[in-house]
Amino acid sequence: MLSRWLPFEKPLVEIEEQIEELKRLAARENLDLSDKVRRLEDHKRAVMEQMFAELTPWEKVQMARHPKRPYPLDYIGALCSEWLELHGDRAYGDDGAIVAGFGRFSGRAVAIVGNQKGRDTKERQERNFGQASPEGLRKAERVMELAARYGRPIISLVDTPGAACSPDAEERGISEAIAHSQLIMSQLPVPIIVVITGEGCSGGAIATALGDRVLMLEHSYYSVISPEGCASILYRDPAKAPESAEALNITAEDALRLHIIEEVIPEPLGGAHRDFGLMCKSLGATLERHLGELSQIPGPQLIEQRYARFRRLGDFEEQPSVAHPELNGNGPKEAASQLNGL
Amino acid sequence: MATAGSLKDTLKTRMGITNSESAARLEEIPEDLMTKCDNCGTLLVTKDWLRDLKVCSRCGYHARLSAPERIELLVDPDSFQEWDTSLAPRDPLHFPGYQEKRTAAQVKTHLKDSCVTGAATLEERPIAIGATDFRFMGGSMGSVFGEKVTRLLERALEEKRPAIMVISTGGARMQEGLLSLMQMAKTSAAVARLQNAGVPYIVVLTDPSTAGVQASFASLGDVIMAEPGATIGFTGARVIEQNLKIRLPKDFQSSEFQMEHGQLDLIVPRAKLKETITQFLGLLLD
Ligand SMILES: [Zn+2]
Repeated sequence: MLSRWLPFEKPLVEIEEQIEELKRLAARENLDLSDKVRRLEDHKRAVMEQMFAELTPWEKVQMARHPKRPYPLDYIGALCSEWLELHGDRAYGDDGAIVAGFGRFSGRAVAIVGNQKGRDTKERQERNFGQASPEGLRKAERVMELAARYGRPIISLVDTPGAACSPDAEERGISEAIAHSQLIMSQLPVPIIVVITGEGCSGGAIATALGDRVLMLEHSYYSVISPEGCASILYRDPAKAPESAEALNITAEDALRLHIIEEVIPEPLGGAHRDFGLMCKSLGATLERHLGELSQIPGPQLIEQRYARFRRLGDFEEQPSVAHPELNGNGPKEAASQLNGL
Repeated sequence: MATAGSLKDTLKTRMGITNSESAARLEEIPEDLMTKCDNCGTLLVTKDWLRDLKVCSRCGYHARLSAPERIELLVDPDSFQEWDTSLAPRDPLHFPGYQEKRTAAQVKTHLKDSCVTGAATLEERPIAIGATDFRFMGGSMGSVFGEKVTRLLERALEEKRPAIMVISTGGARMQEGLLSLMQMAKTSAAVARLQNAGVPYIVVLTDPSTAGVQASFASLGDVIMAEPGATIGFTGARVIEQNLKIRLPKDFQSSEFQMEHGQLDLIVPRAKLKETITQFLGLLLD
C-alpha cells in the first residue's frame, strides 16, 4: 500500500480507505451505499484537485520519480501500431538505459529514442536506472542519423536522473558522447520533438533534448543538476534538496516561463500513472499536432530554426564596456606580462 | 600557494637562522621572492617559476593560470583585442547568494564573468581565442560564458579564423539553472557549424576540465590537447566514489588517464602549447 503513496498524498489515503471500506460493506451486507460512495469520491476529487494544482517543486520531483510513472516503452507500446527496437552502438555494447528504434505512430513511420528505467530491482540494475552510458548515447545517435537519412521524424522521450556515473562511463568518454549527441541533433534535417516525461536531469538529459520542440509533462522536472547534488554543494547537506528544488526553478511552469520549452502537457488528475490511457491520449494528440506543423518545414530550414531556437537562450545584459586591464595591449599588465616578460 | 609569512618561516628553519639580526634581514626580502609548489611543496624562486610559466621545475606541476595569463601565453604579444566586453551576468532565478558570490569574483578578477574571448594573431595568423578563468566561480558556464563562446565560434566562422578555446572549469553554473544547461546545446550546435565550414577548432584542456563544459563544446575540438596532470572528466571522482562505494586510483581522470583511454589527441607541456597549436594549424591550412 505504502509504495502507492507519496508522502504528500497522505490525506488521500484516509479517503480512499473509507471508500474501499464502504464498498466492502455494501457488498457484504448487500446494501446500497452508492450515494455515500459518490459523495466521498467527489470529496476525494476536490482534495486531489487542490493538492496536485499546488505541488511544490520537490513534490514534482517525487512525482517524476514515482515508481509507477509510465516509462518510454510504456508510451511506445500504447501509441505505436508497430515498433522495432534496434540495439547496440556498433563499437562496444548495447546499453539498456537507452531504447531506440522505429515505430509507426498515427500512421506515420517515426524514430523514437528514450531513457528507460526499470520496474523491478533486476531490471533497474540492467537498465542502470535510466542513466545512459556512452554506448547508449551512441546507439541513439546512430538511430537518429538513420532516421534522418530516410526522412523519418524523431521523437525523444527524456526520463533520466543523469548520465551514467561510473569509472567505465568515464573511460569510454561519457563527456564526448553527451557533447557529440548534441552536435549531431543540431544538424539533422528532420523534425525532432523532445518530451521530458519524468526526470530531465543535467547532461544526461540535454544529450538527447536538442529538438525543434521541447515539451514537458505537467509533473516532470528539468534541471541542470539534481536537487540533492545542488544541496550538497550549496548547503553541504543533501537533505536540503527541497530548498534546492525551489531555487533551481525546475518545474514545467518554470521552464515555460524561461522560454526553454514550448508547451506543458497536462497530466491526468494525480499524475500520469493514475490514468495512463488518458495520458496517452493527450500525449498522442500533442505529438501529432507538432509533427503535423514541423513536417511542413523543409529540412535545411528546420536546422536553421533549431539553431536559432537554442541560440537565443540565455539571460545577460550589456554593461559599459571595460577591457580587462591585463589584456588588449594597453594598461598595466601585471600578472599576465610577468609570464612572457621575464 | 603558501603565504609569504609561512614561506619566510620555512626559509628560516631551512637556513638555520636563529639570531635576530639575520632574521630581521630575511624580513626585508620581498614577499613574493619565493613560491611554494602546490603539488610537491618545493620552494621555488618566484622569478624562475614565472619564467617556467608557473610550472614546477622539480615535479612538473602546472599551476592554474588566469584567463588573461592564458591568452598572453598563447598569442603574439600585444595582438589580443577583446570581444564582447560589455556582456555581464544577471540573476534570472534570484538564486540564493549568487549576486554576492559573483560580485566577489568580479572584484577579485577584474572580469565580468568567467570567460574571456577575442581576436589575436598566432605567429601572425589571425585567430579567435577564448579562455576560462577558474578563479571566477570555478570557471563555471552560465549565460554570459555560453553566449561569449557561441559568438566566438560564430565570428570565427564568419571571418574564417581558426578558433581556440582554453578550458579551466568545474562545469555548468547551477546558479543560472536550466539556462546554464541550455548553453551546452547552444555551444555544441555552434561547433557543428564551424565543422561544416571547415574552420579549425582547437581545444586545450587544463586543470580542471569537467562536467557540463566537458560534455559540450570542450569535447568537440578537431584536435584536443591537454596539459600534463590536469583533471578531465564528467562526474567528479568523489561523487563516483560516494555513489558506487568504491575507491578510485589517484590518477583517475588525469590527462594521462584520458590519453590512455583515447579521449585526447595530445598531452602538451605548457611551454610547448603555442608551437604545437601553430604547427597543427599549419598542417591543416598551409
Ligand atoms: Zn612541484
